[in-house]
Amino acid sequence: MKANKILMSGNEAFGEGAIQAGCQFYAGYPITPQNELIAYMARHMPERNKVFIQAESELAAINMVFGASAAGMRAMTSSSSPGISLKQEGISYMAGSQLPGVIVNVMRGGPGLGNISPSQSDYFQATRGGGHGDYHSIVIAPASVQEAYDFMGLAFDLADKYRNTVIVLGDGILGQMMEPLRLSAANQTPQTEYQKPWALTGCKGRKPNIIRSLYLGDGVLEALNVSLQKKYQLIQQEEARYEGLFLDDAEIILVAYGTMSRISKVVVNNLRDKGKKIGMIRPITLWPFPKKAFSGLPAMCSKLLVVEMSCGQMVEDVRLSVNGKYPVEFLGRAGGGVPAEEEIIEKIESIL
Amino acid sequence: MTERIIIAGAGGQGIMLLGKVLAEAAMLENKFVTWLPAYGAEVRGGKAFCMVIISDKEIGSPYISKADSLIIMNEPSLHHFKNRLREKGFLVLNSSLAKDALVPGYPFTDVALKLGNLKVANMVALGSYLALKNMLSRETISEVIKKMAPKDKPELIEINQKAFIAGGDLVKKNG
Repeated sequence: MKANKILMSGNEAFGEGAIQAGCQFYAGYPITPQNELIAYMARHMPERNKVFIQAESELAAINMVFGASAAGMRAMTSSSSPGISLKQEGISYMAGSQLPGVIVNVMRGGPGLGNISPSQSDYFQATRGGGHGDYHSIVIAPASVQEAYDFMGLAFDLADKYRNTVIVLGDGILGQMMEPLRLSAANQTPQTEYQKPWALTGCKGRKPNIIRSLYLGDGVLEALNVSLQKKYQLIQQEEARYEGLFLDDAEIILVAYGTMSRISKVVVNNLRDKGKKIGMIRPITLWPFPKKAFSGLPAMCSKLLVVEMSCGQMVEDVRLSVNGKYPVEFLGRAGGGVPAEEEIIEKIESIL
Repeated sequence: MTERIIIAGAGGQGIMLLGKVLAEAAMLENKFVTWLPAYGAEVRGGKAFCMVIISDKEIGSPYISKADSLIIMNEPSLHHFKNRLREKGFLVLNSSLAKDALVPGYPFTDVALKLGNLKVANMVALGSYLALKNMLSRETISEVIKKMAPKDKPELIEINQKAFIAGGDLVKKNG
């Protein structure tokens, strides 16, 4: 067991995971707490004959990703909250142009420049589109350094499969923390599965491809939106992922994602050891939100408790999913506050 | 077993590295482990700290509010983190640069100077800490030091290993 584990930070794991997933192009601009990710790419992308660019701004970086993706490359960028806000225009253009691309957001406290502490307050921005127009990015939330690595493969696969942007949503803790990581030949679909006949690869001998998001013709943009919605419906049917813990007999079910889910998991296990019937649902994809997880809850379930590093964002999706059948309680902290195990236990005891 | 350690000192004292050696060794001994640094606008001479959790069980939060052990390398860190130690916790203090009325500590920096390299005070501290805690084997630490030393400076392996052993001897001598 000894040899194949290495100690790595989440930021580095995002980078190595992306490279293993066949990322050919990275453009980014530094911001704490994700600097180790861009630094990792600066060192390791050129070493493996891939393109690394430190762009002049976040805007430039996302538009370089747009270009590389249009040319058929596996392309990504990364940033932290304020930088991700700057990228929204480009992400919306990619959605309108149906371009695949991976965006890592290592969330920090907001609004505004906020601070550099961990946070989960970009949930709305990530899951609701974020830029203008009727669109969705697929959103995946890793909870460990291992998953930061593993989920990059999934992110690139889903991006190519659906010609869609994929946001990998982490936070300052996940980015900065080091944990043992098993580098595995990821269980990944070979990239050759994803042919890109739409890409701008030079049109000698074929009809030119056009990539754009500007459609002025009568009804053309509406037709595009209708087909986008069809795609989003398909993604909702096929790609929702979650992890359930003790859902057979839970009286109270915690709901948490990312860093908060690993803290909640320890709480659940500790309370189980004391005979308390606590369960947990951990959404892995935040969009599509795993609504199904909430449809067959056990008869004895009396309440759900959502725990977030925000003032209450995912809690809205949980309320929509249970649709009034169960009371949904909330525990959250903002601006860099992280609910501790003791705080969660206290909250559970207060609602039991 | 879960051990929560806060390591603190000045930027440049090898605080992050101390934590990494500890974390790497814990990994090699198949423990669950997390390492969390203070991050942001950190500077040489400024405040530096990291948090390491070593456990037989899966770790939730890598953040430590109450530590089982503190490894403190200078005076300002002592004041800053003293009340973060849980009752009956271990304070491993660098008495060369910090004084505490209740805990005598060990002169990590002086020992490092005698060895001929001020910078290995961190490994002296690690040696003392592990002699007190007896949580990871000396062989594993030695292996980690070998692995982490820069390839172009193999001479650093020996001095760091010596420092680590000297730290253990401090505890044996003074109890």
